[in-house]
Amino acid sequence: MAVLRVKFTKTKRDKLAQVLWILNWVSVVTGLVLFSLGLFLKVEINKRWELMAERDIHYIPNMLISVGLIACAINFLGGKICYDCVDTTKFLRWKLLLLPYIVCTFFFTFCILVGALMCYSMRGELEGALTEGLREAMRLYKDTDTPGRCFLKRTLDTLQMEFQCCGNAGFRDWFQIQWISNRYLDVAKKEVVDRLRSNVEGRYLLDGVPFSCCNTFSPRPCIQHQITNNSAHFNYEYQTEELNLWMKGCRQALLEYYTYIMQSIGLTVLIIWLFELSVLTGVRYLQTSLENLMRLGDPESESEGWLLENSFVETARSNFNIIKSLGKCNQIDTVQNGDPNIDVPSTAHYGPANVPTKHISQAC
Amino acid sequence: MALLKMKFPLQRRVRLAQGLWLLSWVAVMCGAFTFCLGIYLKTELLRRAEVMDNSEIHVVPNILILVGIASIGTNMFAGRVCQDSLDPARFPRWKPLLLPWMAVALLLCALLIASVVLSYCLQGSLEESLKVGLRNGIRFYRDTDVPGRCFQKETIDRLQMELRCCGNNNHRDWFEVQWISNRYLDFTSKEVKDRVRSNVDGRYLLDGVPFSCCNPSSPRPCLQQHLLDNKAHFNYEHQSEELNLYNRGCRKALVDYYMGLMNTIGPGILSVISMQLSVMVSLRYLQTAMEGAEALENPEDESEGYILEKGIYETVAEAKATTLSFFKFGTVEAETTDAEKAAPESG
Repeated sequence: MAVLRVKFTKTKRDKLAQVLWILNWVSVVTGLVLFSLGLFLKVEINKRWELMAERDIHYIPNMLISVGLIACAINFLGGKICYDCVDTTKFLRWKLLLLPYIVCTFFFTFCILVGALMCYSMRGELEGALTEGLREAMRLYKDTDTPGRCFLKRTLDTLQMEFQCCGNAGFRDWFQIQWISNRYLDVAKKEVVDRLRSNVEGRYLLDGVPFSCCNTFSPRPCIQHQITNNSAHFNYEYQTEELNLWMKGCRQALLEYYTYIMQSIGLTVLIIWLFELSVLTGVRYLQTSLENLMRLGDPESESEGWLLENSFVETARSNFNIIKSLGKCNQIDTVQNGDPNIDVPSTAHYGPANVPTKHISQAC
Repeated sequence: MALLKMKFPLQRRVRLAQGLWLLSWVAVMCGAFTFCLGIYLKTELLRRAEVMDNSEIHVVPNILILVGIASIGTNMFAGRVCQDSLDPARFPRWKPLLLPWMAVALLLCALLIASVVLSYCLQGSLEESLKVGLRNGIRFYRDTDVPGRCFQKETIDRLQMELRCCGNNNHRDWFEVQWISNRYLDFTSKEVKDRVRSNVDGRYLLDGVPFSCCNPSSPRPCLQQHLLDNKAHFNYEHQSEELNLYNRGCRKALVDYYMGLMNTIGPGILSVISMQLSVMVSLRYLQTAMEGAEALENPEDESEGYILEKGIYETVAEAKATTLSFFKFGTVEAETTDAEKAAPESG
């Protein structure tokens, strides 16, 4: 019982081969699309390397890049094969390669599917990397005189302005770290000394935020210092004030941004996977119809194509037996006492006439 | 003496027609490109329309858009003519339209050159428009509760952050304007009352700037208030401090941005002009070669193609004579009828 058997006339076969040739070239383009999507994701992650802690998140863009390149190569070969399949003489060149090609491509489409699913699963790792990375960056915000960290202030300021966010989870994160360097603190002043003494580690903490946290949509000039002190500013209540600073935390803002990118990429990769699968189905039909044509002998006649020669269960069983016998190739069959030349007659009954079986080894 | 005469055997005529067909489709692409450039320039100008006082500069993208659309149609027509030129039955119907086509194509090239010239000449007008627009923007910065002006604060803040500039000419423009609204000033406080009384108009002026003037590249957290008071901040000298705020004025930043944009567009427009001119010249050669071939006994023989049938001066003189005779047409007729009437009378 063949799976999804279809009859193919000569014109249908030729048309199938031509269509598949074009579709394979389209697949080469989609392979390039995959490659560029992986490259884009890699660039986007590298752009903010200073804000991400060391985590293994580079494997996803790397996988997309390699899958894209392999897809280009496989579909290029597929296009070449389909182009030659119109002519039965040229088909003979590829006859032996076609089945391994189809099997390899089938397993390769699994890689594409895995790549698509990984895009959706990256979120957890990314969140961890961003939390740690942002915390470190905020801690080192004031170190603009330390080589290697001197651009962290600018990076964090431009991030907060661009993504309209403040701090790690919210603007209060800035209250817990010293973001003004000691170089700009007048330690002769009483107020400064008081603040430094007010906590164990001797840090200058204040209820203020950098200017990049200011919300451009606020109707009021930005209040950056003494945020929790209602009496320091006229007509101000920090508990109800929502428009003064950016309310979103930068971790959430960046996470949303990257999740959006990866969901779009994941969707595109799924669509490409479905397309590759359909092209593979077409190539399988072409292969089986041409092989059946070879068996029939007449190049102009009709032939049948199918996905699997027998049903799923039988194919699985026969493949399983092949794999088992591959493992057993060293063992000798003990039934015939190890000698393959002995002819053992069958003892089966063949009905009323009881015609004996023909001996296989008959002298001519 | 014909101008730039060339011999055209049959094979060359065919090649010219085919090459010109291809060239005219490339010119259609160039027309679409011009149109897109015009749209892009217009959107960029409209983006900052709130800080511009007048829209004189919009004439440049408008010309580009019109010329782009017109040249798409014109060059498609040229392509059609080329397709029909090798068929002696269909070519004659296009012949009377070719001279007007030349005139239209010449007009399009002239308009493109005019747009390039205008983009340089209108720089002064753009600067004036920005000066007035920015001054108004800074003046109305605090009016976030006045309908029609409530977005000025956001516009100016975003402009200063995106273009990395502060104020109109520099950051001191903010010292001359009250940019904090009275709604947020505590008039019972002595400091506020002193400041308001210290100037004639009763405005709350201070040596401070909004947060959007802050430079993220500064190594120090931004100093926004008491900018002229060296003692207000530790280790600070306002005369030598350069990194704290943006040094550029927004007017200069915007003018530089738009001039840079037009300088980039300029070479593209010049190449479109040269493409259009080459299509015109090739079509003229094709027209004259085809007309010459028609006049021959054997249409497949060699014919001559030229740009002008006679030399430049002779063509100009002829054109002058034709236009003058057109105007004198009425008077010459009257003279001949008078002479005819007089002749039978005398005869």
